[in-house]
Amino acid sequence: MPTQTDSHPATNFREVLQPSPFQTRIDEQCLVQEWMSWNGYKTARVFDTLASEYFAVRSTCSVMDLTPMEKYRITGPDAMAFLNRLVTRDISALKPRRVTYVIWCNDEGKVLDDGTIFHLSEGDYRLCSQHHQLDWLLLSSLGFDVNIEQETHNIAALAVQGPTSCSVLTAAGVTGVERLKPFDIGYSTLNGIDVMVSRTGFTGDLGYEVWADPTKALAVWDAIFAVKEQGLFDIRPIGLGALDMVRIEAGFIMPGDDFNTAETAVRADRDRSPFELGLAWLVSFKKPYFTGKKALLAESKMLTGRRLVRLSVEGNKTPTDAFLYDSKGGSRIGTIKSCVWSPILKMNVSLADVEFVKGKPPENIWAEIYYQKELEWRATWAKCTMSTKPFWSHPRSSITPPNKF
Amino acid sequence: MTKSNSVVIIGGGHNGLICASYLAKAGHSVEVLEARDTVGGGASTAAFAEGYRTSGLAHVLYGLNAKVCKDLKLNIVNPSFTQPVDTISLQRDGDHLTLGRDEVSANSLSAKDLEAYRGFKKEFRGYAKALQPLMMNTPPRLKDMDKKDKLTLAKLGWSLRFGLGTNSMREFLRVGGINIYDVLNEVFDSPALKGAISVDAVLGQHMGPRTPNTVLTYLQRLWGETQTVQSIPIGGMGKVSAMLETTAVEAGVTIRIGAKVAKILVENGRTQGVLLQSGERVDADIVVSNADAKTTFIDLVGAPQLDAMFCHRVNSVRQNGDVAKLHFALNELPAFTGLPTQQLAQRLIIAPDMRYVEHAFNHSKYGEFSENPVLEMTIPSVSDSSLAPAGHHVMSVSATFAPYHLKEDWQQDSRDAFVQRVTETIEQYAPGFSASLVAFQLLTPVDIEDQYNITGGHWHHGELSIDQSFMMRPVHGAAQYQTPIDGLYLCGAAAHPGGGITGVPGHNAAQRILAMGDM
Repeated sequence: MPTQTDSHPATNFREVLQPSPFQTRIDEQCLVQEWMSWNGYKTARVFDTLASEYFAVRSTCSVMDLTPMEKYRITGPDAMAFLNRLVTRDISALKPRRVTYVIWCNDEGKVLDDGTIFHLSEGDYRLCSQHHQLDWLLLSSLGFDVNIEQETHNIAALAVQGPTSCSVLTAAGVTGVERLKPFDIGYSTLNGIDVMVSRTGFTGDLGYEVWADPTKALAVWDAIFAVKEQGLFDIRPIGLGALDMVRIEAGFIMPGDDFNTAETAVRADRDRSPFELGLAWLVSFKKPYFTGKKALLAESKMLTGRRLVRLSVEGNKTPTDAFLYDSKGGSRIGTIKSCVWSPILKMNVSLADVEFVKGKPPENIWAEIYYQKELEWRATWAKCTMSTKPFWSHPRSSITPPNKF
Repeated sequence: MTKSNSVVIIGGGHNGLICASYLAKAGHSVEVLEARDTVGGGASTAAFAEGYRTSGLAHVLYGLNAKVCKDLKLNIVNPSFTQPVDTISLQRDGDHLTLGRDEVSANSLSAKDLEAYRGFKKEFRGYAKALQPLMMNTPPRLKDMDKKDKLTLAKLGWSLRFGLGTNSMREFLRVGGINIYDVLNEVFDSPALKGAISVDAVLGQHMGPRTPNTVLTYLQRLWGETQTVQSIPIGGMGKVSAMLETTAVEAGVTIRIGAKVAKILVENGRTQGVLLQSGERVDADIVVSNADAKTTFIDLVGAPQLDAMFCHRVNSVRQNGDVAKLHFALNELPAFTGLPTQQLAQRLIIAPDMRYVEHAFNHSKYGEFSENPVLEMTIPSVSDSSLAPAGHHVMSVSATFAPYHLKEDWQQDSRDAFVQRVTETIEQYAPGFSASLVAFQLLTPVDIEDQYNITGGHWHHGELSIDQSFMMRPVHGAAQYQTPIDGLYLCGAAAHPGGGITGVPGHNAAQRILAMGDM
């Protein structure tokens, strides 16, 4: 298996998928060899079983390779002004060593992508995004004295998530983890390697992300898993399958899965505004001009025609790709975008695109669910209930310092 | 109109003055801010050497709009004001072609070509005329159309279908998007005649005769013939601007020269006025920019006040000039082989055939100036001796192709070499020309950018290509004279239908502003 060190540019064409700096360890641990592409990187969907990985996040400690996430370094005198013009949220008050969740729109106020802005140190920012954004960032930089560098390949990152994650990192030798509040950034060392640790994640649970130089990636991995060798903690590498389960439970949306990003939408009504995604809280009309402001201001004065909502679905049949109706056999009013049978909640939870009437959600929502029994298709109806809160949340995800284990 | 608004117009070029006059006549309080020390912009008369004056940039008047002249009572077609001119395409053997509105003459031309010229001009003038509803109106939006947009489209459709008739409409639709090279080859035999006509399709553009789109640019030029006669203002193009200035002032417009705008002030998406380079703030309800799109949006409004993709579109407008202006001070009239002296007042061009023009353009594609440039020359001192000392003359030359981005930059060596190319070219047609040279001035597109505040130094503030025309001029999102900033409008060549001394953008912008609810 090729590793980062032997992937010479001249032989890159041989690699259909790019190896991560953690690839040597991932290949060792991935027993089922279930691979997928994440931004062109060879990424595991599952390492051994989905259930054990899911419960690592919710009950013990999970480790996931975050390197493929798109990362951009934004510096220069206008770095803050540039980012504030890019995203819909007012980030002028984002202090150094803090992180915030953001979305950004095109001129028509339709969402291009979501991500996080890390204020690493005064005037030095990192923007992380789901999809490739370099062209949009460069295009948006006209008129700003700003330097934009794609650093996806230059930073190795691991998400260490789960109730024992703080204890695991502390046991591994990272200092100050317990003092980090949600969305804080800290700097420390791990096994003698400089690391940045942020209290961020995509699981809705207690968790951290560890950032390091890719040449030190394996040593970082080994230092964390060394804690497991001591026999005190169970630590499991997880793939994107388990991540998808926990993020739906936590109600986190995935651009491209839960809605068409504006860049990829072809048909006129397939793109979505922040209001249509239920993300109005991320839009600030009080800050200076940002891309899409004019369009969003106009939209904010109109009634929402549709919204991405959290739906719990009765019964034990997972409503994959189900159509939604205003009554059993009634008019179609939407579709399920993402869904999962939540092992911890013992219920079906989903994100769904639902038509609103005069700005109001429908009174009744029914899902028509198709499922197979011994290769025979059947259909059933299940009542759905909208939830304004995430389906799953836990006090441990926000308390500081976290409980020790 | 119940309320009088204060309007600031950025740029006292002819479109700015015309727009100002219309708005003032409608009862608004209008102030024109001009950065230079005279109004007129590219339509000016300026001294380029001690005792020698000539038209600054534009030197041939070919399309000042008839409705604008009527509305503003501009008495342009008047023997004491303008001298009607034909185009004479110079030939080295002295058998020059004289191209009039309907007739062409030269010994070398066959009876077939003479007849074809009549038919061609009539047919193509018909096409140009059919575009009239589009030219004189705000370009209609194709999405979210209002009544006016639908009416404009309906008029255009009617004009193409019933104005032209079935056969002409079919032919118009066939040639509308193609190149002038193919069309002229279909119609004419004489290489000299084809070369001469092709100049009007490419002059001012980054296009050669074989470039698709050159039929459209030719029609835009030809549209001028449906409005007025081609002429040279006696005393230079500054005379036209002076007349427009008088008209504007009589209408109540205040004009300030030497007032360079540094910023268009915007608050909550609405313009508040402008900030001058001097630091003075001029408040206004409405700001109308006669500047090009890049200057207006990127420099004056500033990208941070606008959407990112809109700025990208503005920044991507192709508006690098390809024409240099040369002014020659001469101690005697040039003696063009076989050309009677009384013909020197005409518009003279050097473009012996289409191959010559295409080859001249080839250089420009690769960042070089033409080895054998295409020239358009006027000698305005023939009809106004005050432009030069007694017995002396001035010659005004538009020389193409001279690209804005020259490979080795417009440093002194390149400038000297280009002037030499031009003088040697003229010398081939007028032996002894170089010896009569007293002084000269070269304005490359870079100089035009610096001295006339036109980013890229383009004649039309942007190529007149299909993708930058009509409802896409200068860009989608600012093509109805309105801009994304409330209260900010465009009135210059950057807007539909483009450049040339036509006054149409200024007229259309004023109509649009007056039709808007916020006035």
